Amino acid sequence: MPSLKDLRNRIASVKATQKITKAMQMVAAAKLRRAQLAAEAARPYAERMEAVLANIAGNMTPGTGPALLSGNGRDNVHLLVVCTAERGLCGAFNSSIVRLARERANALMAAGKTVKIICVGKKGYDQLRRQFEKQIIELIELRSVKQMAFSDADPIGRKIISLFEAGEYDVCTIFFARFRSVIAQIPTALQLIPAQFTAAESAGGAQAAYEYEPSEAGILDALLPRNISVQVFRALLENAASEQGARMSSMDNATRNAGDMIKKQTITYNRSRQAMITKELIEIISGAEAL
Amino acid sequence: MAAFHFELVSPERLIFSGEVEQVVVPGSEGAFTVLANHGPVMSTIRPGVVEIVESASKSSRLFVRGGFADVSPKGLTILAEQAIPVAELDAAKIDAELRAAEEDVEDASNDAQLAAAQLRRDQLRELRSALNL
Repeated sequence: MPSLKDLRNRIASVKATQKITKAMQMVAAAKLRRAQLAAEAARPYAERMEAVLANIAGNMTPGTGPALLSGNGRDNVHLLVVCTAERGLCGAFNSSIVRLARERANALMAAGKTVKIICVGKKGYDQLRRQFEKQIIELIELRSVKQMAFSDADPIGRKIISLFEAGEYDVCTIFFARFRSVIAQIPTALQLIPAQFTAAESAGGAQAAYEYEPSEAGILDALLPRNISVQVFRALLENAASEQGARMSSMDNATRNAGDMIKKQTITYNRSRQAMITKELIEIISGAEAL
Repeated sequence: MAAFHFELVSPERLIFSGEVEQVVVPGSEGAFTVLANHGPVMSTIRPGVVEIVESASKSSRLFVRGGFADVSPKGLTILAEQAIPVAELDAAKIDAELRAAEEDVEDASNDAQLAAAQLRRDQLRELRSALNL
């Protein structure tokens, strides 16, 4: 049976924790709004880009075209780009992305393929390091980045392309959490190289006879590398929104848990306080009766 | 004059969207003017100034860098990596771009890279003299 002082201390400490989680929840809510706006503002560019690429790619005979579009014909070395958050305390956000990436990596390795991993975000690196120490070729930290800008995503895109051109890998997949709502973030794997377009878009491709300047291949050469950066940028924005969403709901849970705990502890505290008073009274009364 | 739909998008946001009468696009193989009912063209763009004429009395100029223009029956879309209103543009910004381009020329490790970097540098020089900064 803890003493009254112990109980009082425990209640005070839970209250302090509750204040912290409450503050984190509100900060996450404010950041989430900004992240969501940024993700929405970036959507038109990515969508147009995809439409145009699908249009050109649809007109090309399969198997031809630049390597970035159709791959280099091999399937031996896989590059996994795992995007996670820089900070914890956001529920299962980081773990769910890492789990998806880890399952994929294990499956690929079981099939005899070579796996290379680039971690964007420290949390994913911390979790993957234990199992894939040798496979991780780079960790990109975005800790200092407050608001994700295209200039943060571009170097990552360039890095991916230069590794591809150097023949370091054959297939590139990026892992991130797609933002559905505050309570639902879906860990997603998206194949960057060779590029994949949804069938619906390619089907609507050849509608207009375009004139190309400088040439079809020239445009494709200019667009494909940019498309990689745009996809990375988009993934990072989705991730930022998802992270804040996950943090908001997990901190909301934590605040509620702390509230329940305070209520329970307060009842225990009051009970034992009353029990103590009753005990003292009984002692006094029985002492008086004995006289 | 007939109007058509024009959109200018950067990776971060939609910069301009609306009905316009005329747009001058700095295409990589020469600038061209887009009017309503222009035939479908897809062109990469060089660093330069996009001139948007919304109506006889209202027009604006934006500096764009890297991207491409897509003229379709639905209208004109420019996807630019960067877009700055000319009013906010100053010599320092262009000089910074130019320096970066010159460094690229020096750092280029193969012919294709060198050619691309040189092209970019020349385009920027041209732009700088055109703007009289």
